[in-house]
Amino acid sequence: MSDTSTNKMSVETEAQFGDFFALLKPRVMTLVVFTAFVGLLAAPVAVHPFVGFTAILFIALGGGASGALNMWYDADIDAIMRRTQKRPIPAGRVTPEEARAFGIALSGISVMMLGLAANWVAAGLLAFTIFFYVVIYTMWLKRWTPQNIVIGGAAGAFPPMIGWAVATGGVSIESVLMFALIFMWTPPHFWALALFMRNDYDDAKVPMLTVTHGRPSTRRHIWVYTVFLAATAIGVGFTSVGGVFYMAVAVVLNVLFLKGAYDIWRRDEAMSEADNFAVERKFFRLSLYYLFAHFVMILVEAGFDRFGIEVLS
Amino acid sequence: MSLIKEHDLHKRRWSRNLGLGLVLAAFVVIVFGLTVAKVTEGDVGRAIQGQINQ
Repeated sequence: MSDTSTNKMSVETEAQFGDFFALLKPRVMTLVVFTAFVGLLAAPVAVHPFVGFTAILFIALGGGASGALNMWYDADIDAIMRRTQKRPIPAGRVTPEEARAFGIALSGISVMMLGLAANWVAAGLLAFTIFFYVVIYTMWLKRWTPQNIVIGGAAGAFPPMIGWAVATGGVSIESVLMFALIFMWTPPHFWALALFMRNDYDDAKVPMLTVTHGRPSTRRHIWVYTVFLAATAIGVGFTSVGGVFYMAVAVVLNVLFLKGAYDIWRRDEAMSEADNFAVERKFFRLSLYYLFAHFVMILVEAGFDRFGIEVLS
Repeated sequence: MSLIKEHDLHKRRWSRNLGLGLVLAAFVVIVFGLTVAKVTEGDVGRAIQGQINQ
């Protein structure tokens, strides 16, 4: 190989700024930012807007850091699966060592800055979230148990709790229920997708419930988790972050969601294949609106409280 | 011949260096903004002069 060709190759594979940004999983970060923002504003304690902005920024950065560490550890899986082959590490633009150093550095910066900007309870929760996602989920349970979706969902459920802790300096029933809302929502959301999307987790040897326990069992799991999810979502309505408008939206959405989960449970593969998984697809689409609408309604109720608007009193 | 020789590496890493520079500048602004918000409750002038809340 000549010097010219070596040089040409390194130009093509040189990591650009966007590659490091991609390591932070920006799409996941948008959910982190939104739910942390809702947790922060729903809290009964007002936070200086700049402190709140900084706190959300560093919560997002902490989430991004755990994404980078996940990509470092899972580079072997990412190289096998079509969906993830173009990520910076399997594509050869960022080395695994660079991603690891980047993730560890950003984890430290985000936790320290959140502690200094807000308080050390929030910082501790962020540190635990990063640890949970990287060590408990990515390194330990993801490749070992088909309940990996449930465990991974817990990591994604922490941001509203951290946002709440930024304002209040603690944990309460409201923040625990907001955590539980995302935690219970994640499994039915992903398992519905797994029913109609042929994914390549099999090739990467990541255990998925549809494969390890079969598709009828997955349908049953969706139904059971949705029942607990509905109880949690209605429960949120009885706390200080709920209200009449939240409850109205929650009741409608949970009735629809329960109906969808029940239909999925009662169907078999022949019925699903006959209509190209129409019910499962509809349930998955609804799940996206479901979570977004619940958190928007918590935000709406917080707005009423903040601006002293009395509703139906 | 110019004193500073532009190496190919400089061109290749331009986006990285620019991005990192902007991120560091933003970090400085954030830390200063936090100081203003937490120490002087939004009064930039007092923050620059080092006057804190009594």
